[in-house]
Amino acid sequence: MSALLEVRDLRTVFPGEGGPTPVVDGVSFDLDRGEVLALVGESGSGKSMTAFSILRLVPKPGRVVAGSVRLGGEDLLGLSVTAMRRVRGRRISMIFQEPMTCLNPVVRVGEQVVEAIRLHEDVSRADARDRTRALFAEVGIPDPEARLDAYPHQLSGGLKQRVMIAMALSTRPEMLIADEPTTALDVTVQAQILTLLRELQQSRGTAILLITHDLGIVNELADRVAVMYAGRLVEIAPRVPLLTEPLHPYTQGLLRSMPARGRPGEPLPEIPGVVPRASEWPRGCRFSTRCPVRFEPCAETYPAESHPAAGRRVFCHDVERRLPSEGAR
Amino acid sequence: MSDANESILRVEGLRTWYPIRRGLLRRVVGHVQAATDVSFEIAPGRTLALVGESGCGKSTVGRSILCLENPQEGRVEFEGRDLLSLDATSLRAARQRLQIVFQDPMASLDPRMRIRDQIAEGMHSFGIGADEAERTARVAELLERVQLDPRTMDRYPNEFSGGQRQRICIARALAVEPRLIVCDESVSALDVSIQAQILNLLRRLQEELGLSYLFITHDLSVVRYLAHEVAVMYLGRIVERGPTERLFAHPAHPYTRALLAAIPSIDPARRGEAPPVLGDVPSPSRPPPGCHFHTRCPVAMERCRREAPPMFAIEGGESRCFLSEAPGRAD
Repeated sequence: MSALLEVRDLRTVFPGEGGPTPVVDGVSFDLDRGEVLALVGESGSGKSMTAFSILRLVPKPGRVVAGSVRLGGEDLLGLSVTAMRRVRGRRISMIFQEPMTCLNPVVRVGEQVVEAIRLHEDVSRADARDRTRALFAEVGIPDPEARLDAYPHQLSGGLKQRVMIAMALSTRPEMLIADEPTTALDVTVQAQILTLLRELQQSRGTAILLITHDLGIVNELADRVAVMYAGRLVEIAPRVPLLTEPLHPYTQGLLRSMPARGRPGEPLPEIPGVVPRASEWPRGCRFSTRCPVRFEPCAETYPAESHPAAGRRVFCHDVERRLPSEGAR
Repeated sequence: MSDANESILRVEGLRTWYPIRRGLLRRVVGHVQAATDVSFEIAPGRTLALVGESGCGKSTVGRSILCLENPQEGRVEFEGRDLLSLDATSLRAARQRLQIVFQDPMASLDPRMRIRDQIAEGMHSFGIGADEAERTARVAELLERVQLDPRTMDRYPNEFSGGQRQRICIARALAVEPRLIVCDESVSALDVSIQAQILNLLRRLQEELGLSYLFITHDLSVVRYLAHEVAVMYLGRIVERGPTERLFAHPAHPYTRALLAAIPSIDPARRGEAPPVLGDVPSPSRPPPGCHFHTRCPVAMERCRREAPPMFAIEGGESRCFLSEAPGRAD
């Protein structure tokens, strides 16, 4: 069976001083039905731009210049604007970091979900309201009937995010894009929302593309993990091997530098240096300027994809040279 | 100079409430109870982390110590003098030795000023450095200390990355030779790999210069590295205090336990654990009666709904929970 979402050689650029600057550069991955794939990276890695590119919501003057995005076999990049609008909301929904940027402050929250349902489906107001009430209950909003008539400012941050999730699920999408869905929340509230997302994902079987910088959240929700660095994918692996035996030096460095991994009283292992600006990207591996195991080819040629184990893809010269020759494609 | 077992900062019974005014006459109708009965001390060369979620009052405490707020009660003794009772001139002098580094370096740096001038600004104010040449040499030395190239001193803030800007803010704080730096979410906005660099830098500076830190953060996992002691705040009150190792290994207060359990773990075996507490943090303008945490506490008793627990001494610190009360020693 083919994947629900197939992204191939996606390339998104912004105009820059020295010509177009890629922010997403040759990214390919699949998202299976009912699967949670986490796109992980630090700021500027291109993880959010990848999501925006899939949705065709790249802010101007940026644009997708190459590649394909197929949802259930249909090429999204070739759709008309109207057809794409139907895909967004009906087949792919979104949850963002800051619920207040997506909720209208002067409209009651129940009404906003009712409107979202009626925008995509021909149902009566009363039916849509019944469905909204059921959704509010499903996402764990206490006293859903009363909360239907609340304004956003009357709800806590956690409840607002639950309303956003209810709205995202209201059209029964096949796929959800969750961009840092808990980053703005307090940690005790984040734990509740992560549990809710996991339960909903299991009961509804919705596929989720999770965008996050936090490997702890990856561990809570993801089935597979794609790590991005400076616009490129560097490693894809199932959750457990990625967290326990990361292969790319960047993934290794990222995990080691997490305060939870190190020993109190000893310095944290750092990744030296900073992420280079797009104008200063090396021709070869983007991580080569900070990599502890770089050797001759790294700065000059971008590493080819190697497949060190089932379901694992890595882009690294060092991994490639240590693999038995039949391991590489 | 104070010796090692004397504290550089001693906060006692601090209360900072913000009035809520309504109506034509701007009458006070209530208070945001940002910080109540906050007490702690920091020894020279040591770090206290003040930890809690939004609205717990941790930043208010930091700002009150710097006299950027007007506390209604309490004492803030810095190097033996109560800052809250000082006149403006003496306060200004004391401030030299008490600096702050904020979360967002871009908001605290002037985008139109070269970084050398921003770093040297405090030196001018406090008369550090005999002349321009001496101050320039000192700026270069400070940049090296925070691991930036001194040759970049003529650049503007926008030419640096987020992590580099935070290094500039740290250099600027160091320029006036402080004894204590309040770090208010200073690494919270940084990417993980950069966060580790700044945490290591702060630790090295502490070792080299004998600095003390009040490290304010919402992220418990970060403090493990830097803090010798941790104070956990909830809705305006410190609920638990103690040495870092003890607090992480044997948290006494139910809220501390919840905070620790809520951090998403990167251990694959620890996935899918139930959320430790339910609901959101109540508003600090209407904190629940009794123990502020009782509405979310998994072990709340009848008494907690009515009666506010005092601080109880426990092994390795103190805890504001009736369950921490030593049996037969009620007072």
